Amino acid sequence: MARALRSARVRAALLTLPLVAFIGATFVAPLGAMLIRGVHQPLVADSMPRTLARLEGWDGRSVPDEATFRTLASELRSLRERRVLGAVAARVNRVESGMRGALVRTARKLRRASPASWREATIAADPAWGEARAWRAIRRAGERYTARHYLNALDLRRDAAGAVSAQPPERRIYLSLLGRTLAVAAAITAICLVLGYPLAHLIANARPATSNLLLLLVLVPFWTSLLVRTTSWIVLLQNQGVVNDLLVAVGLIDEEERVALIYNMTGTLIAMTHVLLPFMILPLYAVMRTIPPQYLRAAASLGATWRQAFVRVYWPQTLPGAAAGALLVFILAIGYYITPALVGGRTGQLISNMIAYHMQESLNWGLAAALGGVLLVCVAALYLVYDRLVGIERMRLA
Amino acid sequence: MGTAQSHVEFRGVGKTYDGRTMVVRDLDLRARRGEFLTLLGPSGSGKTTCLMMLAGFETPTEGEIRIAGRPVHDVPPRKRGIGMVFQNYALFPHMTVGRNLSFPLEVRGMDAARRAECVRRVLALVRLDGFEARRPDELSGGQQQRVAIARALVFEPDLVLMDEPLGALDRRLREEMQFEIRRIQRELGVTVVYVTHDQQEAMAMSDRVAVFHRGRIEQVASPETLYEEPEGEFVARFIGDNNLLRGRIVSVGPDTCEVETPGGTVRAFPVHRHRPGDRTVLAIRPERVGLARTGVYSNIFEADVEDIAFLGDHLRLRLDLCGNPAFIVKIPNTVGHGAVLRGDRIRVGWGAVDCRALPDDEGARAVEAVAA
Repeated sequence: MARALRSARVRAALLTLPLVAFIGATFVAPLGAMLIRGVHQPLVADSMPRTLARLEGWDGRSVPDEATFRTLASELRSLRERRVLGAVAARVNRVESGMRGALVRTARKLRRASPASWREATIAADPAWGEARAWRAIRRAGERYTARHYLNALDLRRDAAGAVSAQPPERRIYLSLLGRTLAVAAAITAICLVLGYPLAHLIANARPATSNLLLLLVLVPFWTSLLVRTTSWIVLLQNQGVVNDLLVAVGLIDEEERVALIYNMTGTLIAMTHVLLPFMILPLYAVMRTIPPQYLRAAASLGATWRQAFVRVYWPQTLPGAAAGALLVFILAIGYYITPALVGGRTGQLISNMIAYHMQESLNWGLAAALGGVLLVCVAALYLVYDRLVGIERMRLA
Repeated sequence: MGTAQSHVEFRGVGKTYDGRTMVVRDLDLRARRGEFLTLLGPSGSGKTTCLMMLAGFETPTEGEIRIAGRPVHDVPPRKRGIGMVFQNYALFPHMTVGRNLSFPLEVRGMDAARRAECVRRVLALVRLDGFEARRPDELSGGQQQRVAIARALVFEPDLVLMDEPLGALDRRLREEMQFEIRRIQRELGVTVVYVTHDQQEAMAMSDRVAVFHRGRIEQVASPETLYEEPEGEFVARFIGDNNLLRGRIVSVGPDTCEVETPGGTVRAFPVHRHRPGDRTVLAIRPERVGLARTGVYSNIFEADVEDIAFLGDHLRLRLDLCGNPAFIVKIPNTVGHGAVLRGDRIRVGWGAVDCRALPDDEGARAVEAVAA
C-alpha cells in the first residue's frame, strides 16, 4: 500500500520533469553563469599564466626582475599571434586606464626583438613598465576571482594599497541610480495601491455582470503588446501629444509652456504605473472578494465611523492582498527595462537600463552581472521583510 | 399599548429596490420595551429588509420608523445604538475574542481598564469566561454565536436585532441557544427584534410573533394565539400542521357556521363575518381530531386509513376526507399500537370550536400552485 502510494507520487513527480529541465536550462543555468561572471574572470589568468606566476613572488613596489620582463614579452607576442591581445588588454585597462595602449604598443614593438636586456627594451617600448603600477594592474587583472565588479557596482574601489574606499564623487553613479530605482519603484507601488485599491473594492462588491466587465477592462491591457501600450503613451504624452494639445485647447497652459510629460522621470512613472496596475488590482480583488460586506455593517452597528471601520476592520483584512500586490509591483518595477528605455529619456533611466548598457554596449559583462546581483539581493531582502511582516503563506495572488 | 410605551415603531413603512416591486408594504408594527418580538416568514417575505431598515442599513421608501418615539430616518447606523447579531456572526477574523468585544467600547472612547471589565462581564454573561485571547476561528459554532451575542450586548444597547442567528447551528445546539438567548434577554431586559424563518424557533422564544407574507404582516400575536386562532389561511398553514378543507358557507349562527364540503357538511367556528354562499377554508389541527368512539364531536366522518406511521408518542394517520386526500390525524399513543391498521375504515370527529372557518385566500392558493 505504502509502496503503491510512493510509486504514484514518484510518477506524479516525474511529470514535472520536463518543466524542471526547461527551467534549469533556460533560467537557473544562465542566471547562475551570469552571477558567476560577476566574480569569476579567467581570461587574463588563462592568457598570461607564466607572467602571473612570476609576479606571485614580487613585492609590489619595485620594478620586477629581468626574467619577468622576458616572460611578459614572450606571452605578449604569443597573445598577439593568437589575436586575443585586444580582449586581454581591454580587461587590464578596466583595472588601470591606459594599460590597453601600453600592452598593445609593447607587443607591437617587441614582436621581432631579441634584445640583451628585455627590461630596458620593454621600458623603452612603453615607459609605463618602469613603474610598479603597471605590474600591479597586470597582477590584479590576473586574479581569477575578483570582487572588483561588485565594488564597482557599489561605487567602491580598491586603492593602491588594496584597501576598500569610496569612488571619487565624479565616478559614483551606481548607488544613486540604485537609490533612484528603488525610489521610483516605491513611488509606482504607492500610486498603484492608491489607484488600484478603490477599483479592486468596486470590482469585488459590484453585481456579477458589472464586476466581470470591470475585470475584463483591467485585463485588456494584458492582451495588448507591451510595446504597443508604451508607444501609445508616447502618442498621448509627447510635446505635441494628445494630453498637451488638450491642456492648451482648454486653456490651462499656453502654447509655449507645454509640459514635458515624456522622455523624463514623469514619463517613466506614468507608463510604468499603467503597465503594473493590474498586478496590484488582481491580488487585492482576490482578497476583497472573500470579505463579506457584513463586516463593515457590523462595525457600523457597533458604533464605528466609516474611517474606524476601514482602518480597524477592512484594511487589516485586505493587508495580505495589498502586500502581495505591492511586492509584485515593486519587484517588477525595480527590474523594469523596456518602458523606461522607451519613454524615460535621459533622466528616466533605471538600473536595468544600465545593466543592458553594460551587456550590449560597453560589453562589461562582469559589471552587468554584479549590478544584476545587487538587484537580486535587493529583491531577496524585500521578500524576507515581507515574510517577516505579513508572512509569505498569507500572500494571496489572484 | 400607547405610542409612549413603544420602543420600536413602524408606521406605514414601504420599501422597494427597483421602484416597481414592493418588498415591504404598508407595514405597521410596534415592539414594547423589553419585548421579544420575532419577525417570522419564508425567505423573500420582507422580514430581513425590515430588520435592515430598523438597523439603518436600508432606507424606507415610504413611511417612518421610530425608536423610543423619535423618527430615525436621518440617524446613521452607528448612532442608533442598536446591538446587532448577524446571520454568520460577522466576528472580525483578524481580532481575538477580547478585541472583538472591546471594539464597540474603543470606538466610544472608553479607557482600557473599564473596557477589560466590561468584556469580562459580558463573557461571563454568555458563559465564556476566560475566552479573551482566543481567535474566532478557534471557536465552535455555538461559541462563535455566544461571542456574537456578547459583542452586540457589550456596549449596553437597550435594543438588540438578530438576523437568523441560529441558522448555521445544528438542531441540538440551536435549541440550547434558544433558551440561552431568552435567558440573557430576560436578565438584561433588553428589547429584541428577532428574524427567523423557523416557526418552531419563533414559537419557542417570542413574546409576540409577526408573520410576514409577501411583504405584508399577516398577523401579529403571541405564539399561543397564532397557533390556536390563526386569522388567515397563510398563518394556519405556516404555524404548525393544519388540515385544510375548502367549501362554501351554508348558514351562519352566533358561534358556529355550517360549511358544505365535497365530503359533507361541517360545523365550524367562523373567524370572519361570513355570509352564506361565501367560499371558505376550514383549518383543523391534526391533534384535535379524535377517533369517534372515544369522544363526543359535532363533526363525525367515516374514512379509509390510507397510510399510518408509528411515531412513538403518537400515531399519524393519513385519511382521504372531505375532498382533502392528505388529511392528517394524530392519535396519542394511548390506544396502543395496532389498534388502527392501514386499510381500516374508521370514524373520526372534531369539535366545531377546533375547526376554524377562514376567508379563502385566493392569493395563497395561487402561490402554492406556482410552488408545486
